[in-house]
Amino acid sequence: MLDGRGAVKRRAGARLWLSGLWLALVVLAAVFAPLVSPQDPLAQDLMLGRLPPFWMPDHEPGFWLGTDSLGRDVLTRMIYGARVALVVALSAGVATCLIGTALGLVAGFYRGWADRIIGRLVDIWMAFPPVLFAILLIAVLGTGLSSVVIAIVVIDWTRFCRVVRAETLNQSQMDYVHSARVAGFTRLRTLVAEILPNVLPVIVALLTLEMGIAVIVEAILSFVNLSVSTDAPTWGGMIAEGRTSIYQAWWVLAFPLAALFLTVLSFAQFGEGLRDRFDPVLR
Amino acid sequence: MQFARVACLRLLTTLITLIGVAVIVFIVVRVVPGNPIAMMLPPGATDADIERLKALYGLDKSIPQQFLIWFANVLHGDFGTSITTRQPVLGLVLGRLPATLELSIMALVMAVLLGGTLAVLGTRLRRTRAEAGIDIANGIGMSVPDFLWGLLLIVLFGVLWPVFQISGRVTPRLELPFTSQFYLFESILRLRFDLTRDLIGHMFMPALALALPLAAIIAQLLKQSLKETVNLDYAVLARTKGYPETSVILAEALPNAVLPTLTLIGVQFTFLIGGTVIVERLFSYEGLGNMAIDAVINRDLPLIQGIVILFALLFTLVNLAVDMTYAFLNPRLRHA
Amino acid sequence: MSAFLEIRNLSARLRDTGERVLRSVSLEVPVGAVQGLVGESGAGKSMIGRAVLGVLPKAVEIVEGEILLEGRDLLKAKPSERRRLIGTRTALIPQDPLTALNPSRRIGPQITDRLVDILGWEKARATARAAEILAEVDIPQPERVMRLYPHELSGGMRQRILIASAFAAEPKLIVADEPTTALDVTVQKQILHLISQMQARHGTALLFVTHDLGVVAKICDSLSVLYAGKVVEETTVQKFFAAPQHPYSAALLAATPRHTDAGASLEPVPRAVLDAVSAEIAADDASWRRHG
Repeated sequence: MLDGRGAVKRRAGARLWLSGLWLALVVLAAVFAPLVSPQDPLAQDLMLGRLPPFWMPDHEPGFWLGTDSLGRDVLTRMIYGARVALVVALSAGVATCLIGTALGLVAGFYRGWADRIIGRLVDIWMAFPPVLFAILLIAVLGTGLSSVVIAIVVIDWTRFCRVVRAETLNQSQMDYVHSARVAGFTRLRTLVAEILPNVLPVIVALLTLEMGIAVIVEAILSFVNLSVSTDAPTWGGMIAEGRTSIYQAWWVLAFPLAALFLTVLSFAQFGEGLRDRFDPVLR
Repeated sequence: MQFARVACLRLLTTLITLIGVAVIVFIVVRVVPGNPIAMMLPPGATDADIERLKALYGLDKSIPQQFLIWFANVLHGDFGTSITTRQPVLGLVLGRLPATLELSIMALVMAVLLGGTLAVLGTRLRRTRAEAGIDIANGIGMSVPDFLWGLLLIVLFGVLWPVFQISGRVTPRLELPFTSQFYLFESILRLRFDLTRDLIGHMFMPALALALPLAAIIAQLLKQSLKETVNLDYAVLARTKGYPETSVILAEALPNAVLPTLTLIGVQFTFLIGGTVIVERLFSYEGLGNMAIDAVINRDLPLIQGIVILFALLFTLVNLAVDMTYAFLNPRLRHA
Repeated sequence: MSAFLEIRNLSARLRDTGERVLRSVSLEVPVGAVQGLVGESGAGKSMIGRAVLGVLPKAVEIVEGEILLEGRDLLKAKPSERRRLIGTRTALIPQDPLTALNPSRRIGPQITDRLVDILGWEKARATARAAEILAEVDIPQPERVMRLYPHELSGGMRQRILIASAFAAEPKLIVADEPTTALDVTVQKQILHLISQMQARHGTALLFVTHDLGVVAKICDSLSVLYAGKVVEETTVQKFFAAPQHPYSAALLAATPRHTDAGASLEPVPRAVLDAVSAEIAADDASWRRHG
């Protein structure tokens, strides 16, 4: 017997586990990078340039996924690249979430002039091409990890603000909010104790989504050579380097791309899966 | 006269948004470190030379003053002079705009065709494994941004199966008879289909990269509204008239199901145009976005301002156009 | 006397739970006759109409039986053949005129589409026919109405249009699925009269699905009484109103207000009768399970 709802639930479960598994792998790789890496991420050896991965002829033992044009090990740099990706994902994701959610809650709950100003700001922000804005900000702030995080927060707070505002507005009109107000709760207490928990599932889904986006933005900035530093191992930097030598050594592009692809996909799917599981309405 | 009032209000907020963009980009650009003047001077220039150049570009005045001067000029259509190329910004920007517009519109068309087909197919095959497959594909399509799709396409079609060009807008050695920058459009008008093929061959990969996330979003939303619509009474009535399921979906359900998708396409199309910045870079496509990144790297302030303002203008115009199409397509609104 | 539509032993169940919704239903609609299909909501009467027209919801599947249209089994026909038979021989008068017309299409094409696409008429001829049939159901200025959108017309007008649309292609059988239920009481009478009049004029067989025995008395020749997906009585209208055979039928009749004396008190269907019918159906289910 095919039960429609059962099928959906099973699929959501598989989605949660598969994406969670990959993210756990990335976290482990990042934490234990020095222990699990076969080579030094910065060691160059032009004699070992553009070695192919292990299943192809002319490969060198110890360089499982080949080397780039400077002879740096692709697998090692991917593992170290996970560190940058995760640090950016966590710090930029959380910071964006906090700022965007705060503004969204204020706009959606207090309405009035605060809502009008925030709404106007969001409109203005939506009229910026986000990638160009990020690149411009890095040009202003200078390269480096903190600049990347700040740039992501500045361009993407609107994502949280828009959604949280709409959701807060929705919840504010519910009966339980009126009864909390009638019961004599202060506005702040109502907001934090009554509304926030109901908006939380949406925020959690957005937060993991935002982490994926942060990883992408970092990669894009690395790609145009404006991220952490040109030498440090980042997935975006490896991809930029791989793009230039794609016909000679496709693996320099393909492997970090695969890691980036799976990570971004996993962040998004993990968030969706979490929301399906924990949203009190859907559950 | 309700409509006129609403339209006026819309225009006013659009204007405020554009001015806001101008202010913000102006401020951000003024704090860019690195002295663009220094890069323009020959070795051995005197302080007097520097002052002269600063005065020429208006950099010797206070920032609010600079803004007002710049804004007044913008209103006259004068966006200043590019520092790197020393040409008027407006000309440079308008010269590149057509390439970006062609790419965006092609991507939009591809997204609508692909997303629409998937939605209809998914509706036709509802409650089967094929529908579940389409859902999974949509989920992946949506979660992965254009930048990554572009890279993936480069690996797949550029290297493994090289059927499409992955660099540039047109094969460099070709002689182009064009008088405008709308190459694709003009090649069709001039019936030079050899050039059309070459242009599309170059455009296909970047356009597809831009189209895939939007296609997935369209497919999901449209399928959802189609599935709600195909069980309505008028669709059932059409089936009893002897129409096959696919005709019922296309002729009866689709016209009533597109409206929510249409609004969404409007918002998403601006995201797509924003995506051209990095995708053009990825495919070395000579459009506005590629120029913008060069401008940032070269600290070409007037050019950056011009490009950002143009993008903002484009975004707001798209939103305006969508609102109008929406009002036009909905018969109930049209007759109200 | 040949039956235009004949349903034999039709059983259907819900795909998900396996619950039976039709239990070996058999009925006949002779050429030009009006057959009523009566039952409470959920008895499966609309399901039969939908099964005949090939538009059962996806959640319902037919497990056995035959639906013979002019002697050909629709359930065994290829899908394209079945669509052609249904499209050319039958039509539907739907329940709710507010939702049965496509809001984004003009009235005219919604009448002519079948004539042109399925029956292969020329467009001009189909348009002329649509105008003619609209005039026949007392729509003023048919040419003007055909250019309008559904939301520009009243519910009563829309139901007239749907009736006209059903008769436009001169089908041999029309399924009327509670065609008056969604309308105002004042309009109900007119619409019922119109359907009856059109049926008589065109000699169309009618399968009239309703929960209203008063309506049946006015329009039908014979009727089938349905309870929980099972035909409990099949008889002529005259015999039924004179002396219903099945206890459920009798109870149903007692529970129906006579249109002649509107103030008469109503008796609900007695508990004992319902229990008896349920037991009968349970026994039937058991035997069905043994054989199936």
